[in-house]
Amino acid sequence: MILLLDLCYERETLSKYEFVYPIADTLKRAGARFEIQHFTQADERKQEEYSKIILCGTALKDNAYSKRLDLFSWLKTCEKPVLGICAGMQVIGSVFGGCMVSQMAIGLETLEILAATPLLGEPRQIQVYHLHNFGVTMPEGFLLAAGSAAFVKAFRHREKPIYGIIFHPEVRNRWVLERFLKL
Amino acid sequence: MEKNRVVCLITLVSDNIDSYMFHTPNIRWTVLQAQAMGIPLLSWPTKGQKEEELQDLKAAIAEAKIRYGIEGVVTGAIESVYQAARVQRICRDLDLWCFNPIWQINQVDYLQLLLSFGFEIIISGVFAYPLDESWLGAILTEDLILKLKVLEEKYLINPSGEGGELETFVIDGPPFKKRIEILKASIAYQNYRGHFQILDARLAEK
Repeated sequence: MILLLDLCYERETLSKYEFVYPIADTLKRAGARFEIQHFTQADERKQEEYSKIILCGTALKDNAYSKRLDLFSWLKTCEKPVLGICAGMQVIGSVFGGCMVSQMAIGLETLEILAATPLLGEPRQIQVYHLHNFGVTMPEGFLLAAGSAAFVKAFRHREKPIYGIIFHPEVRNRWVLERFLKL
Repeated sequence: MEKNRVVCLITLVSDNIDSYMFHTPNIRWTVLQAQAMGIPLLSWPTKGQKEEELQDLKAAIAEAKIRYGIEGVVTGAIESVYQAARVQRICRDLDLWCFNPIWQINQVDYLQLLLSFGFEIIISGVFAYPLDESWLGAILTEDLILKLKVLEEKYLINPSGEGGELETFVIDGPPFKKRIEILKASIAYQNYRGHFQILDARLAEK
């Protein structure tokens, strides 16, 4: 069972249709079982029951999640595969010591994958869709997979299967989610 | 925003019927859709020139912010990164929320959802092979959705017309207090390109 964490500013928002359900649809079509929880409602004790965790993105104007980073401290001891998408990546980076920085990008971009990872595959260029006002600096203990120190676009933990991507894989790159299911 | 309330519709009326951004067939009849919903329509002209038309959209949304105090915009973008990214940028510039609740939805699922909610929708334009004259003015039904699904598999047609293959017009639905009755219409069609043009219509009791 996979946990999909909704990071939107409150439960049952219009944004959920845009940032959570497309991820859920990809998992459903891949035959994966999942549960959706809002990040303020997630039961830390129950997280042991999930095989993988995905932290979804939010609307451009929504950074309420960044005010409640205390709710994500469990990430530090998590051994399960975790994927942070956009806002989710910012959360992972912040919990592990990075800082959120103002960094706006909207629309398609050619992204260069710099290092091979089980999530993104071999180094190459791919077209990705960005929608964010903020990014995050490199946290300690992570490897840069795409972007630069000044504009981190993908990273992975050195020892654990914890990943962050600043782009939205639900747009044109659903294969990223399918690969995550196989980790 | 503690709740979402639709306070107005915004329509860009383009001089260019092949606008990159905006729907054009029967656009002047959105006034009846707004009346049917009991909310105002903000109708804004544009010459429909690529990229410049975005300034007109921005001006229209800015006017809606002043006139109706909108806090955000809801779009019907499904697949078009071109359209979605541009509306996102405008909303960011105007400090407004931008919601795209059908973004990336499966298009056949979406059409079926509309029928299940009780929307009544007509095909108002066709612009791709093999969509012929018989589609013009047709009411969207389960059978028609199945045909679109077949065309998606065979010809890569977007079932909801997201690629501009077809256009639609809503004449009834849950937000409508009255339904739109089409009194007179004409059809112009040639080589898999055609319009169902509404010439006269009125609101009628449901």
